[in-house]
Amino acid sequence: MAFFDRQLTKPLPLGRTLFSYGMSAIAVLSTALALMALLSILFEIFRQGLPGLKWEVFTSLPAPAGETGVPSGFGNAIQGTVLMVAIAALLSVPLGILTAIYLSEIGKTSATATIVRFVMSILSAVPSIVVGVFAYAVIVLATLFNYKGFSALAGAFALAVIMLPIVVLSIEEALKLVPQQQRFASAALGANSIQTTFKIVLASALPSITTGVLLAVARVSGETAPLLFTALFSQSWIENILNPTPSLSVMIYNYSGSPFPEQTQLAWTASVVLLGMVLLTNLLSRLITRKR
Amino acid sequence: MSSPNSPTPSLATSSESDLALCARSVDVYYGNRQVLEEVSIDVYPGQVTAIIGPSGCGKSTFIKVLNRIGELESNMRVKGEIQFFGQNIYSQRVNLNRLRRQIGMVFQKPNPFPTSIYDNVAYGVRVFSRPSRAVLDDVVESALSDAALWNEVKDSLKKSALSLSGGQQQRLCIARALAVKPRVLLMDEPCSALDPIATLKIEELIRSLQQELTIVIVTHNMQQAARISDYTAFFSTDESQVGRLIELDSTAKIFGSATHSRTRDYIEGRFG
Ligand SMILES: Nc1ncnc2c1ncn2[C@@H]1O[C@H](COP(=O)(O)OP(=O)(O)O)[C@@H](O)[C@H]1O
Ligand SMILES: [Mg+2]
Repeated sequence: MAFFDRQLTKPLPLGRTLFSYGMSAIAVLSTALALMALLSILFEIFRQGLPGLKWEVFTSLPAPAGETGVPSGFGNAIQGTVLMVAIAALLSVPLGILTAIYLSEIGKTSATATIVRFVMSILSAVPSIVVGVFAYAVIVLATLFNYKGFSALAGAFALAVIMLPIVVLSIEEALKLVPQQQRFASAALGANSIQTTFKIVLASALPSITTGVLLAVARVSGETAPLLFTALFSQSWIENILNPTPSLSVMIYNYSGSPFPEQTQLAWTASVVLLGMVLLTNLLSRLITRKR
Repeated sequence: MSSPNSPTPSLATSSESDLALCARSVDVYYGNRQVLEEVSIDVYPGQVTAIIGPSGCGKSTFIKVLNRIGELESNMRVKGEIQFFGQNIYSQRVNLNRLRRQIGMVFQKPNPFPTSIYDNVAYGVRVFSRPSRAVLDDVVESALSDAALWNEVKDSLKKSALSLSGGQQQRLCIARALAVKPRVLLMDEPCSALDPIATLKIEELIRSLQQELTIVIVTHNMQQAARISDYTAFFSTDESQVGRLIELDSTAKIFGSATHSRTRDYIEGRFG
């Protein structure tokens, strides 16, 4: 046929070839740029922070400003971050699992479920500082067990509010990934829907649920703004979850602008530690997903 | 007239409460779309009843009506009456969990739970009671033996069910269904995902189970229906895409001298 060009080796028109190469080059360049930004952040944090990473930073309190030669660290801030994130997880994970079960197994496409899902996605888009102000208003300004004011509990509450939508939406996804066939197999053996949900669906989804929870944990471990309004800071070890409580993120925030070089050094080192903790959590979650 | 349990089965008119399953004028709809019309079937206890017919004629749909799993899967609606040993299974007072325990099901694709072999078989028992370990061990062993799987897995009961081959997985699913001691077992093309040797094993198994169990099996394989069943029901559709029961008779009759020309055409491979 005359209008059918059988010549396979004939190159495309020059314009199209050039355009194709140009676009590829732009894509590669953009990727390199994005990578460079990330790597330079990491590089700078490690360059500044690693020299200060000694065992004593995990076991000591921050030394008073201007005092040199004494052991100085942020053991209390690590304690505070771990404590508040743990309480936040205890508050948000059970609630999140039950909500996700409602969305995926009971409500499904019903109007209520759709609204709950919508509210969750709005909640996940609320800036964390707004959550902080909210927690400040409902917990810090209220009197709890004769205590009033900034506390680890208020901080954990704020973190839990941030975690909840992440946990709900990721667990719902995990539950929806469990093949329908498994639910039918369970029902065909006479199990009711509660038994099917708890014995089959949750059990099958456990690895992905754990991954979702760990990612949420990693996400909130570095939150600063909500803790500024709720947990505040303290120079001493934690004795009561109803007292002001230090955290790595707020400590970094406070010390990074300090005129004392020992304190800016501590802030850099704390950044390395926080980064390490988040990285470790992420890695752990990958490991769990991979094991399946 | 011979009794339903006689070696040479024939369509005996028996009282409805003697029938394992008895469907009368069953219509089935998905939403507003009708897929089955006026299906009436008798399933004799202790016999294997095969359902054959071209794809899309509603065989799977019909079998899912019999243990009411269909309404769980989709927006299925059922009209008409279905009795299980004389009890109307679509009565409002029926407990679905008890019903499905009496009428077990094996699905087209093997669907073991991602737990151990032991836990798969024990699951259905644990759902209804808290037996001692010794009792449970016995139930698991006898179910796996009945499913002709015990010798292959007795040393690896703790291993994941997903590590088994497809044929073994399907026999595990049969064992899982047998463990709760159903009176009827529904099977929807249980061999369609399996190789010929695994298929043969399952066919032998069906033959051996038939002593104590009533089996309804959907199959697209006519030789299989001829080999393993006592009765055969032929379903088909017309231009309206609504499935109907064309003929139900002893397997020998259906494959030897079917009454309806459409059945003969299908069996001789002239359509579908
Ligand atoms: N969940 C469903 N929703 C709507 N239509 C369905 C559904 N399942 C099956 N159907 C339709 O019902 C008809 C019968 O299907 P099915 O029972 O699977 O046939 P068979 O098993 O004989 O191949 C088909 O036309 C199919 O498209
Ligand atoms: Mg089918």
